Amino acid sequence: MATLIRVTGDFDLAEEAVQEAFVVALERWPGEGVPSNPGAWITRVARNRAIDRIRREGVLRDKVAVLEHLEALRAEPEAEPGKQLGEIADDRLRLIFTCCHPALAIEARVALTLRSLGGLSTPEVARALLASESATAQRIVRAKRKIAANRIPYEVPAAEQMPERLPAVLATLYLIFNEGYLAASDAALVRTELSGEAIRLCRALVAMLPREPEVCGLLALMLLTDARRAARLDRDGELVLLEDQGRALWDRELIDEGLELSHAAAARGPTGPYTVQARIAAAHAEAASADETDWERIARLYAWHVEIAPGPVVELNRAAAVAMCEGPQRGLGLIDAIDGLDGYLPLHTARADLLRRLDRSEEAAEAYRRALELEPNPGERRFIERRLAQASE
Amino acid sequence: MQFMLALIAEERSWEDVTPDEVKKNLAEMGQFNAELTEAGAWVMGGGLQERATGTTVHYGDGEPLVTDGPFAETKEQLSGFWIVDVESLDEALAWAKRIPFTSNHVEIRPMVSGGKELLEKAERS
Repeated sequence: MATLIRVTGDFDLAEEAVQEAFVVALERWPGEGVPSNPGAWITRVARNRAIDRIRREGVLRDKVAVLEHLEALRAEPEAEPGKQLGEIADDRLRLIFTCCHPALAIEARVALTLRSLGGLSTPEVARALLASESATAQRIVRAKRKIAANRIPYEVPAAEQMPERLPAVLATLYLIFNEGYLAASDAALVRTELSGEAIRLCRALVAMLPREPEVCGLLALMLLTDARRAARLDRDGELVLLEDQGRALWDRELIDEGLELSHAAAARGPTGPYTVQARIAAAHAEAASADETDWERIARLYAWHVEIAPGPVVELNRAAAVAMCEGPQRGLGLIDAIDGLDGYLPLHTARADLLRRLDRSEEAAEAYRRALELEPNPGERRFIERRLAQASE
Repeated sequence: MQFMLALIAEERSWEDVTPDEVKKNLAEMGQFNAELTEAGAWVMGGGLQERATGTTVHYGDGEPLVTDGPFAETKEQLSGFWIVDVESLDEALAWAKRIPFTSNHVEIRPMVSGGKELLEKAERS
């Protein structure tokens, strides 16, 4: 489909043509047998349908160029499978940069990417993003319209534009990953599959942009995070803190691959936030037990994170790491120096935890109560209430 | 005459140091290099990326052979260098002592001064 979108410049036309091709396949393959290269077969049929459709609609004037291009494609001899795969990869790369253009809202980027590149239907995208079907459909339509109206090109940005364009793509993929990873246990399976989809898209991106360390860093971060999935929730579906997780449940294979990728990403220095976060995840993955965690190394890595991508949430994470190696008092001092996070629940639970460790029970209880005001999810609420009861004893 | 001040140091990744340490280091080194330049002793200098990024060319009877690496066998590596133009070894040593290091060591070697001085002599005569 990415190929057709590039050639026709029209998401809807390409989508419909591909759907029609699948219908034709359903009719014919059972009788005639599955062709030797089903993907190429679908592409060819969809291409022909797109030509028919453009002709039928009789809006030839502005479509002449597209038509010529499609005709030229039809005239081309059947490409070798290898070459064709390469071309498809190139088209997917172009499309991901279009779907993740920074001018589109992040929600629209996520929906459009899942729809166009992830192969999810609009209802599936809606379910995955916990949005209504109509809102999702509208979001996708609006994004496509914006792309067409602004003539956002289907191309891989030039090297000098990459620093501006790549972060929007990576942020989209990371959000898709987290939508799946952070989904509560009672959420539909399709949500956890989002993580797999994000990893699949990121793998493709690594293959296409092997020289961009941040792409590698993001893939490493996703793999190292995903490796902990089985240990993340207990039998009751409650969140298990990293320090309490059964490390035997961590997926060794994902960890090994993630570690190697994180090394590769870090070889050229702290080039971006995903690389640094991947190295932090690597530091956790390399610790045989929570007690053996190298918190000094993690605190240094957070200092790099603050350096290259400053923000109050990063400061909070750094404070938590510093508390682990230099003591809760130091950590608390850093947390209290953070501005603008009063409405952020994790700040109050982190603060409460440090106060608890300093035996300042009353202040800890107060911080837990503040956290409860900030709409914790059911799992978080149970956790905070348990801690609050302990602090109030 | 020209000397090479070769920095022999343990390779450290960015993960082994904090950004503050790096910034302090860069500022101090910038200051030292500025003083070298001001005194007219600076010829060139710079830091090297880690040894694993290097490539080696081996010469023999046939075509030169290019290999990846060298890969570290010892912890301490050539990590950077300065070429300074000074009157004597003593002056080179005086500069070397002012390099703002708290560890590492620097090897000082006089450059073979064949070409340049011969050329200057030829010009004068």
